[in-house]
Amino acid sequence: MSGSSSRMGRSLLLLAPLFLFLMGFFVWPLFSMMSQAVSDPAVLRLLPRTAEIMGDWDRESPPSMPMQTALMEDLKAVDDDQALGDMVRRLNSARSGFRTLMSKTTSALGDAASPPPDLVSIDKRWEKPEFWIAIADALSPLTDRNLLAAVDLGRNSAGAIEHLPADQSVNRVILVRTFWIAALVTFFCACIGFPYAIIAASLTGWKRDLMLAAVLLPLWTSLLVRTAAWFILLQEQGLINDFLRAIGLIDAPLALIFNRTGVIIAMTHVLLPFMVLPIYSVLITIPKNLMPAAASLGAPPIRAFLRVLLPLSLRGVASGGLLVFISAIGYYITPALIGGPGDQMISSIIAFYATGSANWGMAGALGMVLLVATLLLYSVYARLSSDEPGRR
Amino acid sequence: MAEFIKFDRITKFYGPLCVVENLDLSIAKGEFVSLLGPSGSGKTTLLMMLAGFEQATSGKILLDGAAINDVPTHKRDMGVVFQSYALFPHMTVGENIAFPLQMRGIDKAETAARVKQALDMVQLSTLADRRPSQLSGGQQQRVALARALVFEPRVVLMDEPLGALDKQLREQMQLDIRELHRRLGLTIVFVTHDQSEALTMSDRVAVFNKGKIEQIGTPRQVYDEPATRFVAEFIGETNLVEGVVEAIEGREATVRLPNGAQIVSAVSDGVAAGQGVYLSIRPERIDLAEARGAARNVLETEVTDSVYQGDHLRVQLQNEAYPLIAKLGRRSREFAPGTKVFAAFSAGDCRVIAP
Ligand SMILES: Nc1ncnc2c1ncn2[C@@H]1O[C@H](COP(=O)(O)OP(=O)(O)OP(=O)(O)O)[C@@H](O)[C@H]1O
Ligand SMILES: [Mg+2]
Repeated sequence: MSGSSSRMGRSLLLLAPLFLFLMGFFVWPLFSMMSQAVSDPAVLRLLPRTAEIMGDWDRESPPSMPMQTALMEDLKAVDDDQALGDMVRRLNSARSGFRTLMSKTTSALGDAASPPPDLVSIDKRWEKPEFWIAIADALSPLTDRNLLAAVDLGRNSAGAIEHLPADQSVNRVILVRTFWIAALVTFFCACIGFPYAIIAASLTGWKRDLMLAAVLLPLWTSLLVRTAAWFILLQEQGLINDFLRAIGLIDAPLALIFNRTGVIIAMTHVLLPFMVLPIYSVLITIPKNLMPAAASLGAPPIRAFLRVLLPLSLRGVASGGLLVFISAIGYYITPALIGGPGDQMISSIIAFYATGSANWGMAGALGMVLLVATLLLYSVYARLSSDEPGRR
Repeated sequence: MAEFIKFDRITKFYGPLCVVENLDLSIAKGEFVSLLGPSGSGKTTLLMMLAGFEQATSGKILLDGAAINDVPTHKRDMGVVFQSYALFPHMTVGENIAFPLQMRGIDKAETAARVKQALDMVQLSTLADRRPSQLSGGQQQRVALARALVFEPRVVLMDEPLGALDKQLREQMQLDIRELHRRLGLTIVFVTHDQSEALTMSDRVAVFNKGKIEQIGTPRQVYDEPATRFVAEFIGETNLVEGVVEAIEGREATVRLPNGAQIVSAVSDGVAAGQGVYLSIRPERIDLAEARGAARNVLETEVTDSVYQGDHLRVQLQNEAYPLIAKLGRRSREFAPGTKVFAAFSAGDCRVIAP
């Protein structure tokens, strides 16, 4: 009995580093990112006394005296005009008329000569529970504003969800662009990686090793170095343009950098190993004699490929495609260095919010959009591969 | 005999390695020919060239009078059964068998009918919807057979198709394939390195050694009249005794053994008097007796060991010059080690082989 529990304890001890690592570097950041995205304590920070008192309020009866006093004290204590403006905007979007009410109230409170006894004496509207409900809601630290803004949605003054005005709607365009670039890169990786894997799997000995090393080697080089290498290759005076001009194929240099073409070329190269390796690992498990068997049964090469090799290797193509697509939608360095302003992907927007404007809420919300997209893709893949017919 | 398949001076190199050397072989329509030989002797390579998976380095392969060297596999119309079955894992048994019919553009109704017929033929009708991975080895083997036969190919090639089966199942399948061959009049080229399988099933056996055919003939011919030492030793068990030919009269030769004994033996052409040769004596053709009998050939020996092996008694003999092995029927009496015995056999039961 004690033996088994001590063995249990020992195995837990052995697992502890893994567990701590996962908690510290995976679960906690994910959790904090998600909570950043939905939390908005700005109003709560400005109105601490009100928050305390309003906890007991039933949301129906007219405001009690202590509530009014607390709010007055809170408003008098505000010294940050920007934060006050933010709060008023938020309250006004929940309940129209709040802006005028607030400015009237703050100016009355600022009048040191005759301090008002309570809020109702400043404006009758403070009697109505609706305004207090708006305050109570705004005091809640949760908000869907960031999540909605991440997909270019917002709430209007009536609280309904609607599109943001065009000048504030860039996220959706960038999200669509991100998915489109990722899809193109996945497509090109599949076009190059599938034949490459087939050839590698059909070879033996040093030729196979060489082909695999050619894909693996770039993986051991830093992403930044590879991207910088493409930067040099693709320039107007770069190797590729110089070579094409030297052999007389073109007169003027091709525009290969700071545009979509360059981004796709560089990302396809960088992500190719993630396509080749899964396909290769599936291909080498396919018995070598199936294609000869198909030929002997009367199948011309193309039909034999379509009926036998393709269905059997589809699982590899799907997992390769998933890997490439998921990696591609999170790409940052390559579009930043090789792409033009119209090629920036969602990660650079996230980086802008996170490091440029310290808007962690928006950064987290956009991150969540990426996370959800990835999870959706993964669940589709898991569904497809679980009833894959060739599986034993 | 009409030549249906003809290998004409076929040579095959893998790099510097000569795997098949200048080989001629003709196979008649409806014939069952086994290619028998030790591992690495080039049997599979020959079959692969016939199927079109490999190209001959030189020489011609003719099918029904037309050279097929440059015809791609899928147009050769040959059913191939692989040693490892090569069933398509992502298709059901029925789809596997329908595959060659679909490739030939046969309509759905007829495909279904022929698949059913093929499944009945190999007694697997109930398993049509299973996947190959859900079948036993013997069942997979029969699916492979059905798939290779369903499109009525001109030739059926089999590369050690029974190698992975246990003995009982193998013997059952041998009989099944033979029966199919007889019923459908198939032309079958069958690769094996199991000599009893080759003898059981074939009309003719081609014995391979190092890329060449050592001998080709009916099972009876290759067993009873081995042309070379290799064939004598590879097929069945034999006693090989060195000797010198003293005289040849018609189809009989007199051979003097090292200890002076004289043996009269069957002989084929190409052996001359005075030549050093081997005598091949099959162990089961030797009779043992304590008295010198009336047989033409009698050798004086002594029993060194005697082992009971169920269906026969295996007796090891030794005289001053050479060892012998005799297999006696189980009704024969036993001999204690040390017994002096006379080993007797007729002239037709031994054979002169040029070295
Ligand atoms: N693709 C190849 N490349 C190089 N050498 C090969 C190749 N295929 C076969 N060989 C060689 O050719 C020789 C004959 O091979 P083959 O497969 O024909 O023998 P086999 O008679 O079928 O033997 P087994 O009974 O073991 O199947 C062997 O020495 C083998 O190593
Ligand atoms: Mg072989």
